[in-house]
Amino acid sequence: MKRNYGRAYAAPEALWLTFFFAAPLAIIVAYSFCKRDLYGGVLPQLSLDAYRSLANPTLIAVAWRTLWVSLAATVITILIALPCGYSIARSGNQAMRLFLIIVPFWTNFIIRVYAWIAILGNEGFVNDVLRAIGLTTDSVQFLYNQGAVILVLVYMYLPYAILPLFSTIDKFDFNLLEAARDLGATRMQALRKILIPNIRGGLVTAVLFTFIPIFGAYAVPLLVGGKDSYMLGNVIADQVTKTRNWPLASSISMGVTVLTGIAAILYAVVSKRSTHHVIEESGIGPVSATAGIPSGGQA
Amino acid sequence: MRLRVRAFYRALRATIKGIRPLPPRIADFGAAAEKNNHAKRRKGVALSDFIYGAVIVFLFMPLVVLLVYSFNASKSGSWSGFSLQWYEKLFMGSGELWHAFANSLLIALTSATAATILGTLAAVGTARYSFWFKPYVKSMSFLPMIMPEIIVGVSLLVFFAGIGLKLGLVTVWMAHTTFNLPFVYLLVSARLEAFDPSVVEAARDLGATEGQTLMRVILPITMPGIASGFLTAVTLSLEDFVITFFVSGPGAMTLPLFIYSAIRFGVSPVINALSVVMVAGTVLLVYPARNFLKAYAAH
Repeated sequence: MKRNYGRAYAAPEALWLTFFFAAPLAIIVAYSFCKRDLYGGVLPQLSLDAYRSLANPTLIAVAWRTLWVSLAATVITILIALPCGYSIARSGNQAMRLFLIIVPFWTNFIIRVYAWIAILGNEGFVNDVLRAIGLTTDSVQFLYNQGAVILVLVYMYLPYAILPLFSTIDKFDFNLLEAARDLGATRMQALRKILIPNIRGGLVTAVLFTFIPIFGAYAVPLLVGGKDSYMLGNVIADQVTKTRNWPLASSISMGVTVLTGIAAILYAVVSKRSTHHVIEESGIGPVSATAGIPSGGQA
Repeated sequence: MRLRVRAFYRALRATIKGIRPLPPRIADFGAAAEKNNHAKRRKGVALSDFIYGAVIVFLFMPLVVLLVYSFNASKSGSWSGFSLQWYEKLFMGSGELWHAFANSLLIALTSATAATILGTLAAVGTARYSFWFKPYVKSMSFLPMIMPEIIVGVSLLVFFAGIGLKLGLVTVWMAHTTFNLPFVYLLVSARLEAFDPSVVEAARDLGATEGQTLMRVILPITMPGIASGFLTAVTLSLEDFVITFFVSGPGAMTLPLFIYSAIRFGVSPVINALSVVMVAGTVLLVYPARNFLKAYAAH
């Protein structure tokens, strides 16, 4: 009789993640229903204050901004990534073209953000060029606004969208496009009606792998955004470290987590329904879109 | 004899494939390019190729700007002649920076080791056995990957405060082990799924104990997955800014945190030089290793 060693193997990891992942999340849930202690921390009293204060107009404004900045950055990223993935898939030298996409991401996350400060900052490259050709004498403020935040977010997440899109487009049978053309479709019609529906799985993966981390962005708006481009991640951090209103930070965190959860469930449903499981098969999808590029998914 | 040599070579190749540096699947892209059957080129440059080219310029431009400015004589943005002074300052006068670098390396190696041990054992357990908390292990090993980093960081901060643990290198190590675990679990599980489980059954039937089976059969076969899990964990740990930002205390400065404090309010020439050294270091380490391993694996 074979003994079941499964529990012995899995118990250490299960304990670790219970202690350092599940328990901290449980504390966040509990704190969101507690009263705020004026000196930081919480009072052990059941209260819905934290959820009531979510209705604060500044907070709602930040939530809307976070949503539309995330949507805008995601849409721009996908619109650039689609033709890019197509170009790689149809290229005779896929390995080289993919390699070039990945190399810039061997740089440290924070340095990639910093590079944009060096380009767009008051003493940065663009201002330097503008002064040299005499277009301006003063510095133009390119940073610390929403445009800069969206630009840098697109920069950070392009490869996450390109890789899964490439891997589905690569599996697509391009004879179908020729057939569509032979049957009288224009090139654009063929792309829109034949290619796009057939790569839906890759599209969904690309959208979620950009949207989810961007929605929880913290470092990018902190470094290249101004006060008027702060996102929910920044509000959570401020509530925890500066204002020390832990119940409010917890209730906002709950909101972000629930939205992320909905997105993840949506992904599971859509990718199950879709006939295209190529992402998982190819190993380019979830595995290397997160593990392949050394950047984890920070924002 | 002949057969054994061949089996040894196959195992060696598999091992080497497994430890190829990030991104884990890139060597496969070469194979994809070879069997690529739809690389029929149209005449002229397609719009998608033009967009691909523009994306490459977009991805590399920040790195090029950092490279150029790292040789700039003046501290402010405008170009004022060639100089190596920032490199001198980086290597001679930046003790704090190198201290942070040493901390980062220490955390990366120790947290990757802990995550590799726990994650591998759990993957072996869930792949071979069924037990009552297996669904829990599986979902716990997946959730931290999709949870926004800000939530993980804030919940750990609140958790550490709650149990009265002082923030420092130890809490950073705990946090890094936690976010590394799912990646190791995923990569090792994928490897375990790919091989024939009857090999393990055979070992047990021939009288091997559970310990012998693990050490002599399962771990050697899984080694490629374990190695890539470890390397992924090291990279993710070296990269991390957001989570570390919340769980590090005084005296626990890591390199990303140091860079952040140096660039918080604008351009820093020493960080320009550091970026160049880091990119060059990664390319010099990773690229030849990759080519070597690829040649070896194809042998």
